Amino acid sequence: MRSRVRALLVSAAAALLCLFAPAAVISAEEVTFGMLLVGPHNDHGWSQAHYEGGRYVEEKVAGSKMIYIDKVNPADRPGLTIPMVVDDLVDKGATLIIGNSDDMKDGIREAAAQHPEIKFIHISGDDVLTGKAPANLSNLMGRMEYGKMMAGFVAGLTTNSGKVAYLGPLINEETRRLAVSSYLGARHAWTQVRGKPADQFRFKVSWIGFWFNIPGVTADPTQVARNFLDTGHDVVLSGIDTTEALIVADQRRKEGADVYALPYDFIGSCNSAPEACLGVPYFNWGPDYARIVRGLANGEWKQSWTWTNPNWADINDIDHSAIGFVPGAALSEENKAHLQAFIDDLGSGKLNLFSGPLNYQDGTPYLQAGEKASDKQIWYLKQLLEGMEGASK
Amino acid sequence: MPNLRQHLTDTLLILAIVLAFTALLLAIVGASPIEAFGHLFKGSFGSWSKFSRVLNVWIPLTLCSLGLLYAFRSGLWNIGVEGQMVLGAIGAAGVLRWGVDSGNPLLMLTLALLAGMLLAALWALLAGWLKTRGGVHEIFAGLGLNFVSMGIILWLIFGPWKRPGIASMSGTEPFPAALWFPTLEGWRVSPFALALTVLAIIITARVLNHSRFGLNLKAVGHNPRAVSLYGLSPQFYLLIGIIISGALAGLAGGLQVSGIYHRLIPAISSGYGYLGLLVVMLANFRLLPIPFIALFFAALNVGSIQLPMMMQLDSSLSGVIQGACVLSALLVFGLRKLKRGRNP
Repeated sequence: MRSRVRALLVSAAAALLCLFAPAAVISAEEVTFGMLLVGPHNDHGWSQAHYEGGRYVEEKVAGSKMIYIDKVNPADRPGLTIPMVVDDLVDKGATLIIGNSDDMKDGIREAAAQHPEIKFIHISGDDVLTGKAPANLSNLMGRMEYGKMMAGFVAGLTTNSGKVAYLGPLINEETRRLAVSSYLGARHAWTQVRGKPADQFRFKVSWIGFWFNIPGVTADPTQVARNFLDTGHDVVLSGIDTTEALIVADQRRKEGADVYALPYDFIGSCNSAPEACLGVPYFNWGPDYARIVRGLANGEWKQSWTWTNPNWADINDIDHSAIGFVPGAALSEENKAHLQAFIDDLGSGKLNLFSGPLNYQDGTPYLQAGEKASDKQIWYLKQLLEGMEGASK
Repeated sequence: MPNLRQHLTDTLLILAIVLAFTALLLAIVGASPIEAFGHLFKGSFGSWSKFSRVLNVWIPLTLCSLGLLYAFRSGLWNIGVEGQMVLGAIGAAGVLRWGVDSGNPLLMLTLALLAGMLLAALWALLAGWLKTRGGVHEIFAGLGLNFVSMGIILWLIFGPWKRPGIASMSGTEPFPAALWFPTLEGWRVSPFALALTVLAIIITARVLNHSRFGLNLKAVGHNPRAVSLYGLSPQFYLLIGIIISGALAGLAGGLQVSGIYHRLIPAISSGYGYLGLLVVMLANFRLLPIPFIALFFAALNVGSIQLPMMMQLDSSLSGVIQGACVLSALLVFGLRKLKRGRNP
């Protein structure tokens, strides 16, 4: 009730302002947005990337304000439910709610139905595609598949043993397609750039059970990463939200091993161990968030399922690219040049790694020879691919 | 009424110790205690929607605490309450899964709660048997069974009951809205669940304080050897005590599934079982204070979410306050006992 009165006052004030202000500066409505982060806001990974995206919006869109709450998961905050936090954010004046985890799917949908006047963005979800979303709920995701291809490519260029490992979170469509993208990038580097035989290449995926370590519930990512390195893998790609793989690789380097890792999610992830870091594929949520908040400020909202491309002219353009890849300090100059050529070919469309013939892990065909995967075929990837080791389900 | 006055001074004393301790802690980390307490209060009692969230925590917490009271009366530390709540949730979820297409949601919800209570009671009975037949102390049996119950729920969520194609920490596929525990339009807490809990409080008061069964239970708890002289079987009362304890925890678990999360999640118990132990200890094992202490703890749990949002403080402060409450209560009760010992 109180928020409605306040909204009324604000709009009355805005109307008055419009009357008296010169026409050129008709001020848009101020937008307060609530951000639900599944992990800590400073995790050097997934959640921090969203947090920084929110800060970017505050900086770029005048009058916008973020209220965030982190560690929104039942293990860290027992008893907390998404609808409950959303009620509170709405009380505090939020008109847009962003939920940053696949895990929040059910809660966000329930909250969106309870608050039809509030807009919701569920990151990485597909409720709009499946038709389960009410009209005030949209989905947003960056095309990290490209980032993962680059990460895999760099791993395939660098590995000496020909054994690359992927530290996976839980198994779902998103994580399968990211692991597969990494594999395709790595295999391309190994066979096409280095010209080595495909049968000397190994790609192993191990899933820990969640996006980050929950002691007693998930497998310990530190332990899994050590196992990879103990069994001859010399490059570990991280698919989880935190940086254990990089930390372990760095420790091993200090003990004299020639091993590397690639973290994930956050532009600054390499900083904790630059010498072991080949690079990081990261999300840059700022531009998409700013576009949505700016739209809302002007009263525009259209339900959508958005899967944003990188800006191919410059994938590391902070103001325009939804995903990017920062080469790490450990990446050789020669391989950097290979990477740039690879990125150019992906951008121009000359190279499409999701092209047939490709088989699923169980041997059934995924893409026929010459067939290129549609967005939906990539989004709803049913299994890992033939040639990858690790569980598909 | 010297008794009531003593309780009141005790309560005030406990609160004063806790407030002073928490304020000191906040001052050390450089946060304003007044602001923090203000956010805790506004975050839990500031609006009807917030208060209904508090009630949503109060319901399972009170049910668990009531259950614990039966076990304590018979002299048992039912640490296994956490696992019993999990089993209650599993039982309820099992029935709801089975009855998705039954077309009779009310029947299914009733069956679900009953199944949850039954399964949890059996799980509690297991701990009781380990005690009476196997000589395993109930604290160890309970702790062990808690771990096993976690294993079972994770196995179900990641195995046979997983979502189509996806095993996820976010739990099983949600039940259709028809199978959500009924509530009223615009309510964030189910008045029916509230009524159930109030009913449980009234029945517990009748049974424990005004019935022969309650008297016998108390006698067993006080002196199990002596009661057998009166022809009572201490083992029988022990088992009955823990079974009721389990059934109430199971009801709490069933309500978490049907009323709050609408699916089974790994953290379905939300730690309310363990928190219930604190509530009962703080209540000095008496019934009357339980609903109020449970309300206070529930308010802390819900209000504490404001701390990270408004002050960038960690919300575990609520846990610190709850722990400090129990510790200072034990201190006050202990001092009282000492004093009584000195001047009989």
